[in-house]
Amino acid sequence: MSEREPHTGPSPEAFREEIVKSYSGKVAKKRAKHILVNDPEVPAEIEANVRTIPGIISQRGCCYAGCKGVVMGPIKDMVHIVHGPIGCSYYAWLSRRNQAATGDGVANFIHYAFSTDMQEEDIVFGGEKKLAQACREAYAAFQPTAIGLYATCPVGLIGDDVHAVARQMSEELGINVFGFSCEGYKGVSQSAGHHIANNGLFKNVVGLDDTPVDHPFSINLLGEYNIGGDAFEIERILDLCGIHLVATFSGNVKYGDIASSHNAKLNVVMCHRSINYMAEMMEKKFGIPWFKVNFIGADSTAKSLRKIAEYFGDAELTARVEAVIADELAKVAAVRADVASRLSGKTAMLFVGGSRAHHYQDLFNEVGMTSVAAGYEFAHRDDYEGRRVLPSIKVDADSRNIEELHIGPDDTRFTPRRTPEEIETAEKKGFAWRDYDGMMAQMKKGTLVIDDISHFEMEKLIAVYKPDIFCSGVKDKYVVEKMGVPCKQLHSYDYGGPYAGFIGASNFYQEIDRMIGKRITRLITPPWKQQTA
Amino acid sequence: MSLPIATPSSKRPAATNSCRVCAPLGSVLAFRGLRGCMPLIHGSQGCATYIRRYLISHFREPMDVASTSFDESATIFGGQSNLAAAIKNLVTQYRPEVIGVCTTCLAETIGEDTEGILREITTEDPSLPPIIHVATPSFKGCQYRGFHETVAAVLNTVAKGGKPMSHVNLLPGPVSPADLRHLREIVEAFNLPLLMLPDYSETLDGPSLATYAPIPEGGVSLAEVADAGRATATLQLGATLEPGPGAGLQRDFGVPLVKAGLPIGVRATDAVLDSLAALARGSASRSSDLDSVVPSWLSAERGRLVDAYVDGHKYVSGKRVAVVGDPDLAVAVAGFCAEIGLIPVLVASGALTHRMASSLEALGLAPGAFEVMEDADYDSIQRRVVELKPDLVLGPSKAYPMTRALGIPLVRIGFPVHDRIGAGRILHLGYRGTQRLFDEVANALLTHQQDSSEMGYAYQ
Repeated sequence: MSEREPHTGPSPEAFREEIVKSYSGKVAKKRAKHILVNDPEVPAEIEANVRTIPGIISQRGCCYAGCKGVVMGPIKDMVHIVHGPIGCSYYAWLSRRNQAATGDGVANFIHYAFSTDMQEEDIVFGGEKKLAQACREAYAAFQPTAIGLYATCPVGLIGDDVHAVARQMSEELGINVFGFSCEGYKGVSQSAGHHIANNGLFKNVVGLDDTPVDHPFSINLLGEYNIGGDAFEIERILDLCGIHLVATFSGNVKYGDIASSHNAKLNVVMCHRSINYMAEMMEKKFGIPWFKVNFIGADSTAKSLRKIAEYFGDAELTARVEAVIADELAKVAAVRADVASRLSGKTAMLFVGGSRAHHYQDLFNEVGMTSVAAGYEFAHRDDYEGRRVLPSIKVDADSRNIEELHIGPDDTRFTPRRTPEEIETAEKKGFAWRDYDGMMAQMKKGTLVIDDISHFEMEKLIAVYKPDIFCSGVKDKYVVEKMGVPCKQLHSYDYGGPYAGFIGASNFYQEIDRMIGKRITRLITPPWKQQTA
Repeated sequence: MSLPIATPSSKRPAATNSCRVCAPLGSVLAFRGLRGCMPLIHGSQGCATYIRRYLISHFREPMDVASTSFDESATIFGGQSNLAAAIKNLVTQYRPEVIGVCTTCLAETIGEDTEGILREITTEDPSLPPIIHVATPSFKGCQYRGFHETVAAVLNTVAKGGKPMSHVNLLPGPVSPADLRHLREIVEAFNLPLLMLPDYSETLDGPSLATYAPIPEGGVSLAEVADAGRATATLQLGATLEPGPGAGLQRDFGVPLVKAGLPIGVRATDAVLDSLAALARGSASRSSDLDSVVPSWLSAERGRLVDAYVDGHKYVSGKRVAVVGDPDLAVAVAGFCAEIGLIPVLVASGALTHRMASSLEALGLAPGAFEVMEDADYDSIQRRVVELKPDLVLGPSKAYPMTRALGIPLVRIGFPVHDRIGAGRILHLGYRGTQRLFDEVANALLTHQQDSSEMGYAYQ
């Protein structure tokens, strides 16, 4: 295939202007704040986490999707009962590719979708009795370790109280039953649901099991949902390094792991957007420090492992981690060099999630590609500009409606893993705690950053700049591919993966090589319609 | 127009692994079959996203669906301004020829007067494209109902009477794009001008393009649908539809309604061709001289199919089968199974029509020889399947975990099919679709026999 210049077409400033102009007055004014030309030195203020304009086709989902679908759904030995009409439960049934290992006698209900399947009469007369009955039936049939109850749009409106039913059922069934008021209309996207799920898990599960974790290097991995087996690969690497994983929030995890997660010595955060609340709350209540890691990318994985080793400050652990990194990177190197020989200089665009559009840029960098445009579907300003902007983020009506838990130290179990002095000393040496610099600091000058990209804008972006690959989700995939540009799904991984860790990095390089190298699009125009020279 | 489709009562137990999905999905699918149509879901934005991603992963085609994106204040005070803004923004961005508005349970629960709001919006701005509204609360019925309600709403809103025309209205029901293309081929082979509603044969199974069209080409135009009231007849497919969306055309414009089951199997296809032949001859009376009217290629396909039945009978005869799907598809497929000597022991659907059993009896299945489950979920279907021990299941990909657990083959039909490519190209209808289905059923049984045989014969 012929090499293309990384930047062809109009300047990003001209593109931005063109897009904004194509909207009517008010909409143009609003969208202009979501579209920026990047300067990594001084990331500009971007509008994010505000309501999508009606009629603008967005990638975003709802609060329920973030709560049940993303954060809670992967907890494999719980039964998750969706209280509402049938659609919400059905759409979240295996449609995210979070995997869960079976075996070892652990129950795994990932393949089930439970719904109260509300009918008109339930809407009129209330559905609490039906929800209670659904709990009884599920318990009788499956004996899960715990049950989660999830409210959908009509539930809040008709006044059904999922929390009251949960309390009643906990008592009756003798297991932990807890509810989530995650009605779809709350907040502006699935992000609200993440927050509600964090709160619910923190209030109802974290801290229930005080059995000490007897391991010198115990951690929790926060914000890793095991799409395509990513968590399996990270588990493999941590295991090789001799690092003990207490709980992952929430890929391939058991309810009991989360109940004892407060006994770990460290929290590391993958997806900052969906789980930072949990990291903050666990630090305040139990004294567990946290920092950001990224296991997407071979170099990023090595960097993250080194930081964990540095935290523990144990010579033997450090040596073991270095040995694992050396061994694994050697295996990755050959694939990486081979793929880079073809992909170096090519361009990528990433519009997905609340962290993936950033994390995956590391993988593209590793094979010499440039990410020329990126944006999140449901992230907040701190995910773009870095946590330094947290104090200046305006709290609007939509965010205010999501409960903010005020957490103080636990009376008996607050045991700071590091003293304030130790934290400060490390910080002075350049060790970053509670850190996330955001997407914009890493992207090149002159690249485009677009928040909550609309379908309309995406089509224009592709038509104008023709990237070599576009990363998104299934909703966009077939639009992008009809336009002759390969589209890699970063929600479902196109049923491939893992892409995390070292094995995942090799998988991803090869997958992108296959996608960019494929020549099928040459066949789109038949010979009898091709212009002769 | 409200269709008398039964709705379950709240006594229905909770669903474990549902066999049906919500009404707006069916509505969006039907709207996709109108030319230049942009579907707009009034309510929570997650519904549009979920429905899009679900339909897309079945068809593997673009499927844009807009939302009025209710926030908490719209939930309390109503979504009038959201609906007005959404319509305006859609027009600016996409210039649709028509906007199809369906509702979510959120809008319906707060009692939103969507019809009234739309009337106001269109009165205020007469330059807007036509807007068709259908109420699709997901606590009433399922995607099957949403689909037919939408077809009825389109006809009710758009169809006009007038001087009779020579075309036939065809209401095919929620079948695959490949089915729609084949139905068109069949009807046109009778030299009958055709108005098919909906027609997503191109919009949901389109080519790769050199230049991308934001609203895919294809579909039936509103101008064509306007003529529905002047058609020679309406052919409505679907054994359990009573009366179905074609009834309005009969009532309002006197267009004769001809009902038939989905043409799957020799007899069922014969019946549909019989009706088409009668229409082609310009007479409602049955003809004894079909041969001169039925196109020869259809006779040839029929001949090959019957020949295949003879050849394959030994592989299928006496085998027990369970069928899962939308009511009309499940009934038609069960009828086909009985025709080739398979024994349908269970016919199940997530929808509720109260007419599946009688429709099956009308196809000649002996009462009491089969079980029907309506308003079912996969958990309850699986419990019956474990008892009834079929050799084979025909159904959507959601039946896969069940057939895997039981170690029996699954032949994928209907919606959704998420674990194979080509879901939109599954041809179920006509002699040709039946041929494909028959070969696949026989071969699935043969594969299973080979794989589970100690000897593994490669010559059957």
